[in-house]
Amino acid sequence: MSEPAKGISRADVSHLAGLARIDLSEAELDHFAAELPAILEHVAVVQQAAGDDVEAMSHPVPVNNVFREDVVVPCLTPEEALAGAPASEQQRFLVPKILGED
Amino acid sequence: MTDLTRLSASELAAKLARKEVSSVEATQAQLDRIAAVDGDIHAFLHVDAEGALATAADIDSRRAAGEGLHGLAGVPIAVKDIVATKGMPTTCGSKILDGWIPPYDATITQRIKAAGLPILGKTNMDEFAMGSSTEHSAYGPTRNPWDRDRIPGGSGGGSAAAVAAFEAALAIGTDTGGSIRQPGALTGTVGVKPTYGGISRYGLVALASSLDQAGPVTRTVLDAALLHELMGGHDPMDSTSIDAPAPLVVSAARRADVKGLKIGIVKELGGEGFQAGVSARFNEAVELLTSAGAQVVEVSLPSLEYALAAYYLVMPSEASSNLARFDAMRYGVRVPPAGVDDPSAEQVMASSRDAGFGDEVKRRIIVGTYALSSGYYDAYYGSAQKVRTLLARDFAAAFEQVDVLVSPTSPTTAWPLGAKLDDPLSMYLQDVATIPANLAGIPGLSLPVGLADEDGLPVGLQFLAPQQADDRLYNAGAALEKLLEDKWGGPMLAQAPDLEVAR
Repeated sequence: MSEPAKGISRADVSHLAGLARIDLSEAELDHFAAELPAILEHVAVVQQAAGDDVEAMSHPVPVNNVFREDVVVPCLTPEEALAGAPASEQQRFLVPKILGED
Repeated sequence: MTDLTRLSASELAAKLARKEVSSVEATQAQLDRIAAVDGDIHAFLHVDAEGALATAADIDSRRAAGEGLHGLAGVPIAVKDIVATKGMPTTCGSKILDGWIPPYDATITQRIKAAGLPILGKTNMDEFAMGSSTEHSAYGPTRNPWDRDRIPGGSGGGSAAAVAAFEAALAIGTDTGGSIRQPGALTGTVGVKPTYGGISRYGLVALASSLDQAGPVTRTVLDAALLHELMGGHDPMDSTSIDAPAPLVVSAARRADVKGLKIGIVKELGGEGFQAGVSARFNEAVELLTSAGAQVVEVSLPSLEYALAAYYLVMPSEASSNLARFDAMRYGVRVPPAGVDDPSAEQVMASSRDAGFGDEVKRRIIVGTYALSSGYYDAYYGSAQKVRTLLARDFAAAFEQVDVLVSPTSPTTAWPLGAKLDDPLSMYLQDVATIPANLAGIPGLSLPVGLADEDGLPVGLQFLAPQQADDRLYNAGAALEKLLEDKWGGPMLAQAPDLEVAR
């Protein structure tokens, strides 16, 4: 892996916002592009902390898959599950088109 | 007649049990107090007077009928707006959840309902718990009852201010990097982050799943223990919930004896960068503990140097992933892009997230997305996870020498509203003493230890203990609380300014 770039450009912020599905305004892109380099520079010190011999810790306690008995238990009704939806139809979530026209 | 709002939860519970007061009277007193002061404090985003009084009346009639009730039955409680409450709005301080009414209860909501605690309402917070001041709430900041031009801490500034302003004796908070303990320190109240997995996360809106932990927000250590015990214990709905007997926190709070207790002062959490009045009150508290028979030594946690940086990588990384669920499809606001005919789902998602998320949430999602990107993952997220390992080793070594660790909870007292809003990094640095517990999954308790000389504002001291040894925090915390109150001649909040009462 190549050494990560020290800086983060406005184009990088725009790309990251696209990955995160946030339609940032031009002003927000300017604002974050000016601000993020200092934050990323601060957090980059973690790279000096540990060598390859140190294991990564994802969770403070051991994480195991948890199963339950395969029995029917009460759950939300369709009406309850759809109650917070921006739009619904025929007991389904109504969403904008997923694919483009062409 | 006694002002019921000034009682601790345990005192009120005793009066309720003796039928000296009713839960309806106590609940109405809290609602009146909220009506009088919350226009100014803004601890609550939603108040449910009708629901709270209905629960109170039900408890009163069940008590009159001789039914055996939970010890806290009838004691009103405030709930942070990150906790799902069926039929009651839950916004997480965000516009993206404006108007959302959860169709289910969090496990901790179920437990407080089953025990018969009237829910007064939902408390303000930094949007999605991202912040240390409650200024990042989309619904406006909460003000510190000690000085209303200052922040109450965050993210749980609403719960802490509600308790400090006598709007409730009990509140629920959540702590991902200090969101219970730091507001506790800045408002002169008690806050506990239990061991990771000690209290169920089911039904909490997730910020960083490996760090988030719910806990009690109160005015006394014993009250915190009572609420901790009520909420805690195994929950099959949370895969990280600890399936083992819960620590005996209430009996520990009643023991309150530090004779022979080995206490380690964390060398790295003091000195430079810590306000003079914070250090002074902290040192005096440590002297009191010594005079009561505790053995105090200095302990070093060398990897603390990297902890804050690791936290500000792990937290945004997990948050960016968790917040992907706000896609404007199943719940939350949907805001189609302006000037686009027949927009796609992806366009609607991106414009809704732009409209619904505030500045700090967007900032952390971008940082998290960066840290998890291909090519950067190992250097940032991977390295941060290694720091967690180093920190856990440091704590393990320290707890071989001592029973509990101590430090100031926050390097400063409450700062003026707006003072750090334009400088996110300076706000992040405020979390230096609280984030290590979250990274390592250990429990922490903050309690008030006095007022700083330079500004007359509350200072908090934090105890830390090994995982599943939460009882040690309550024992040490209750002992120090008693030593301090004997010295002061009463609780510290008795020195808080009287709030102007509306109407």
